[in-house]
Amino acid sequence: MQAAWRVDEIEDNSVPETDAHVLLMSDIAGNQDREAFKALFLHFGPRIKSLMLKSGARPEQAEDIVQIVMMTVWRKVHLYAPDRGSVSAWIFTIARNARIDRLRRGSSQAYTDIDDLEIVSDEPDGEDRMFASQRTQKVAKALSELPEDQRQIIQLAFMEDISQSEIAAKLALPLGTVKSRMRLAYAKLKNKLEDLK
Amino acid sequence: MSLDHHLDDATLLQYACGNLDEAFTVVVATHVAMCDTCRHAVRQAEELGGGVLEDVGTAELEVGSFEHLMLRIADQPAEIAPAATVPHVSGDVPAPLVRHLGPDLDAVRWRSIAPGVRKHVIKQNSASKSSLYMLHIAPGMAVPEHGHGGSELTLILSGSYTDVFGTFRRGDIADLDEHVEHQPIVDGDLPCICLVATEAPTRFKGFFSRLLQPLTGI
Repeated sequence: MQAAWRVDEIEDNSVPETDAHVLLMSDIAGNQDREAFKALFLHFGPRIKSLMLKSGARPEQAEDIVQIVMMTVWRKVHLYAPDRGSVSAWIFTIARNARIDRLRRGSSQAYTDIDDLEIVSDEPDGEDRMFASQRTQKVAKALSELPEDQRQIIQLAFMEDISQSEIAAKLALPLGTVKSRMRLAYAKLKNKLEDLK
Repeated sequence: MSLDHHLDDATLLQYACGNLDEAFTVVVATHVAMCDTCRHAVRQAEELGGGVLEDVGTAELEVGSFEHLMLRIADQPAEIAPAATVPHVSGDVPAPLVRHLGPDLDAVRWRSIAPGVRKHVIKQNSASKSSLYMLHIAPGMAVPEHGHGGSELTLILSGSYTDVFGTFRRGDIADLDEHVEHQPIVDGDLPCICLVATEAPTRFKGFFSRLLQPLTGI
């Protein structure tokens, strides 16, 4: 848990790392700033690779997906809206879509259709940029405070990319128990995030 | 759009994880396109994904990984993503479904499977155990009371039906697991058109209905 909060790649220690990510994004969007992009890459690249390895990618495949995800970040950086979510959540969705397209031989088109809809039509949530770091901290806190049985299921679902029936089989639990733990974990997160408004 | 019936939180999380198969993903995305509440909820679930990504640990990248990336970007320039390309939605078919169905509900090619019931199977790109299809059910028709062999998602695109859970109108979704038994009855004067994903063939409860099932294939 602590590693995520260490400011190790960014020079300016006065800025919390997650705010720093939003600033990096605006430097990349505004000036195609390579140094900013490199800082973002050094933070997220190794995490995306780790996520893909846990999802069953071979090392060279995981490395290639990191490149594809970060290429998408570079090209779509101007579409990132801080009022809709944190940088890490945004990059997670790009990694998730790449995992569907590359590892699962599926199609992430439905997700990108929703993204496009949001960009054009959605009203902002009123959770503006000054909340970006707060939001990330709340999520980290919510995750760390989850009871072990709930955290395990959330991690399996997001990290290893397996369905709730597969989770149930893996943990030798009834499907209903897996679902109710997912609901409980999600309810806790929602409570934490709604506090921000 | 303000709706009465939303996704189960467990389904919503699975969608945010990217773990649903194609049939379920299409139905969830189509509901999400129509439902501001669930769109907001999906974003929150994706924050959980962001939290997990921060927490997943690091795997060492190959030497020169960043330089290699910048070379790849330089090699494939032109593709700065356009601001947004919303699929053209002219009729009453929401964006994520347009790719599978075309823009117009009236243009769907139905096949009659029982008196008052028509079906259109949607072709999926990936090999999937779940089926994805549309139903067109005449006013006043009652679908035989049935339980489910697995999860089932039913999204109303036109008309409405009522069962023990209430009335389901355009945009509402019924997110049911294998333990639920219900008997939807189509309301009013208009047919009810819905989009359905089922994990396994639905099992009808009644003896007669069970006889019918091979014919209807619902």
